[in-house]
Amino acid sequence: MRKIIMISAAMSTVVLSGSAKSNSESSTINLTQGVTDISQSVYDLHMIILTICAIIGVVVFGAMFYAIVNHRKSKGAQAAQFHESTKVEIIWTVIPFFILIGMAIPATTTLIEMEDDSASDITIKITGSQWKWHYEYFDHDFGFFSLLTTPQDQIHNKSEKGENYLLEVDRPLVIPVNKKVRFLITADDVIHSWWVPAFAVKQDANPGFINGAWTKVNEPGIYRGQCAELCGKDHGFMPIVVKVLSEADYDIWLTDQLKDVEQAKQDEQQALASTLTMAESMTLGEQVYVARCAMCHQVGGEGIAGAFPKLKGSPIALGDIAAHIDVVVNGKPGTAMQAFANQLTAKELAAVITYERNAWGNDTGDVVQVSDVKPEAK
Amino acid sequence: MNTTTTADSHEHHDHKPKGIMRWILTTNHKDIGSLYLMFSFLMFIIGGAMAMVIRAELYQPGLQIVEPNFFNQMTTVHGLIMVFGAVMPAFTGLANWLIPMMIGAPDMALPRMNNWSFWILPMAFTILLSSLFMEGGGPNFGWTFYAPLSTTYAPDSTALFVFAIHIMGISSILGAINVVVTIINMRAPGMTYMKMPLFVWTWLITAFLLIAVMPVLAATVTMVLTDKYFGTSFFAAAGGGDPVLFQHIFWFFGHPEVYIMILPSFGIISAIVPTFSRKKLFGYSSMVYATSSIALLSFLVWAHHMFTTGMPVAAELFFMYCTMLISVPTGVKVFNWVATMWRGSLTFETPMLFAIAFIVLFSIGGFSGLMLAITPADFQYHDTYFVVAHFHYVLVTGAIFSIMAAAYYWLPKWTGYMYDERLGKLHFWTSVISVNVLFFPMHFLGLAGMPRRVPDYALQFADFNQLVSIGGFAFGLSQLIFLVVVIKCARGGEKAPAKPWEGAEGLEWDMPSPAPYHSHTTPPRVK
Repeated sequence: MRKIIMISAAMSTVVLSGSAKSNSESSTINLTQGVTDISQSVYDLHMIILTICAIIGVVVFGAMFYAIVNHRKSKGAQAAQFHESTKVEIIWTVIPFFILIGMAIPATTTLIEMEDDSASDITIKITGSQWKWHYEYFDHDFGFFSLLTTPQDQIHNKSEKGENYLLEVDRPLVIPVNKKVRFLITADDVIHSWWVPAFAVKQDANPGFINGAWTKVNEPGIYRGQCAELCGKDHGFMPIVVKVLSEADYDIWLTDQLKDVEQAKQDEQQALASTLTMAESMTLGEQVYVARCAMCHQVGGEGIAGAFPKLKGSPIALGDIAAHIDVVVNGKPGTAMQAFANQLTAKELAAVITYERNAWGNDTGDVVQVSDVKPEAK
Repeated sequence: MNTTTTADSHEHHDHKPKGIMRWILTTNHKDIGSLYLMFSFLMFIIGGAMAMVIRAELYQPGLQIVEPNFFNQMTTVHGLIMVFGAVMPAFTGLANWLIPMMIGAPDMALPRMNNWSFWILPMAFTILLSSLFMEGGGPNFGWTFYAPLSTTYAPDSTALFVFAIHIMGISSILGAINVVVTIINMRAPGMTYMKMPLFVWTWLITAFLLIAVMPVLAATVTMVLTDKYFGTSFFAAAGGGDPVLFQHIFWFFGHPEVYIMILPSFGIISAIVPTFSRKKLFGYSSMVYATSSIALLSFLVWAHHMFTTGMPVAAELFFMYCTMLISVPTGVKVFNWVATMWRGSLTFETPMLFAIAFIVLFSIGGFSGLMLAITPADFQYHDTYFVVAHFHYVLVTGAIFSIMAAAYYWLPKWTGYMYDERLGKLHFWTSVISVNVLFFPMHFLGLAGMPRRVPDYALQFADFNQLVSIGGFAFGLSQLIFLVVVIKCARGGEKAPAKPWEGAEGLEWDMPSPAPYHSHTTPPRVK
């Protein structure tokens, strides 16, 4: 008996200490300790409960294996007659009960801390939609989308996979270190869930409702996460990347962003006045289409029967231009077709509509202009 | 052996039609039990084949075999088939076969309804499986079908999914009513409640759970149906509804459902462990009370599936405490089984091997369940492979292993022949090794941050996924050994005595093997 307990205890110590070695480096077998005070408390809770379970396991299974080895009929064991003991029953009801109370106290403290998103320094609204994230900086009135950048060739095994395969985006969320950042999380279509393991933040994004969460990161760096709630076909392809900068760098970044926002507004005005050629539109349109439309309507425009309509030879792509523009710009409520008005620039919208009307054998010859897409800006 | 002679003298009452009509028209509890068990095994193979597709796709990073939309259909239908097609019908099959024999009744109380509750099941699953072949594909929103993914954004075939669930629900409710009526009314003289075998007790409690929650599931799918097709907004914020409401209703069904799939296992293990320990079950009455408390608590813990949905702190605390509390009665059961084995006279035939594996591996699933109950930690575990590991430990090495144990234990009674012990042991050892290669590394994957329900993953998860897939294929193949054992046993072999297990207790062992077509036609007297 003693031997078995010793062996099992030794084994579990090896496993536990092996996993404890991994610090903020992401481990392949254990939970990360993360880079916030909360993620550290969560890790500690995880290790306590794991250790309690391991000890109970060693004792109970140890007793069982002792019986298996020693109380077997082939060794001439005679069955004892006992089959009841109220005293024993009470003991093994009460002891676990007290262990649980001991566990519930630190869990309660951490939970209350996690749910207190008051007194934050920065507020960022996070909106999930099929299959991308949008970050809006409330204090500065600007925002952007964040999309997967892993090329389809890597996903379909046509080229070698990069280091951050499936965990890389075009524009990461940027936040400063040592500031309490409050997230207001919601969704546009189905339920998503915003999860960054290093912050121990996982909060569902429910369409029509806003959930709060917060983090205060201790170390600058790049942290990666993924959508954690099944949200349709490309649930596995909407990662989260958060870049945590020092306060000084964050301020520089923020100034640049605000400048870019101004620049984009000017570009939009200029684009309105310019005329797009067919060749220019088709090139830009194809880029936009592959990045933003092909996940549903497919690269060849053939769609997925019964789920996502085809565009190749479809009445929308070959029919009235105004109706086509309306669908792309304003979306189609009650379906997976989103409104792209705020997701793409007017030039991109015009180009992608031109592309859809002239690609894969669609031959309307129409070239949509920026002013067609934004008539109100004329 | 009074029962034998009475049974024989009543044989002339049988007007069994021949061929297929015997099975379609049967009202006999043994025939219906066999139908349920065979159907369940067929579903186990179909659902298992889907798991093989999932594991083949996840063998390597990248998309190789299936596209994401089909992958989602596989995870969804695998879950639905295993829960509603494999585990639940298997338990109903065991209940049909065993409850009348165990309580000294001639048959189930409502035999015609019994026939109906089985025969609507193949219809339900035909509808469900046929939806996979329709334009737009079958259900792809996960077996938990969270709205609005299952309403506004669902494929056109969703109505078929809804009707299939309705039919499965009706079948379960009818089956449960039959069990309750049989146990309450048809016990042999002297069989008081506290003398009932634990399998009967656990099934009685399970049946009440079924009657309580299957209508809730029916309401949920009906609301999904009207939200999708008739313009209601139960789960759509734009119309004044709430998508989180769906989850509350679903899990109010879903959590007791979890216990529906494990309580009968407790009954099976409580029959097998004493037999092969040659010692009475330790703490019979505490087992009954523990089962009842688990059933009651199961109605108070549903929102532990929803800690990340943005509930108020007070609610999160309430559900955390209640969930932790469930581990107390569950622990009592495990302690009782170990105490039963303690100073017994143990032998290790296949049913006992599966029962011991059940106790250890189900406990591991219980431990990870306790970890998941700790709300702050659940924020990290939720919707990762850690959860996948957890519920497969309780459902595969829990529920399915107990069903395997039961099949081996009662096969001699059902067929009249001993099964091939060597093949049985081979089945056990290949299963128990491969199942751990399959599910144990999933704990690591989840802790390291791999979300569930993804067709592709980042490179750091590649090694464990490959190992998991290999375990999966091996476990899948091992189950074919079981099929061979059962077919071999049904066709012949060493004749089984009335009581093939030295330490077995219970009325079913007083009957000859194979058990006569009608069980106790004259009620036995229980001392």
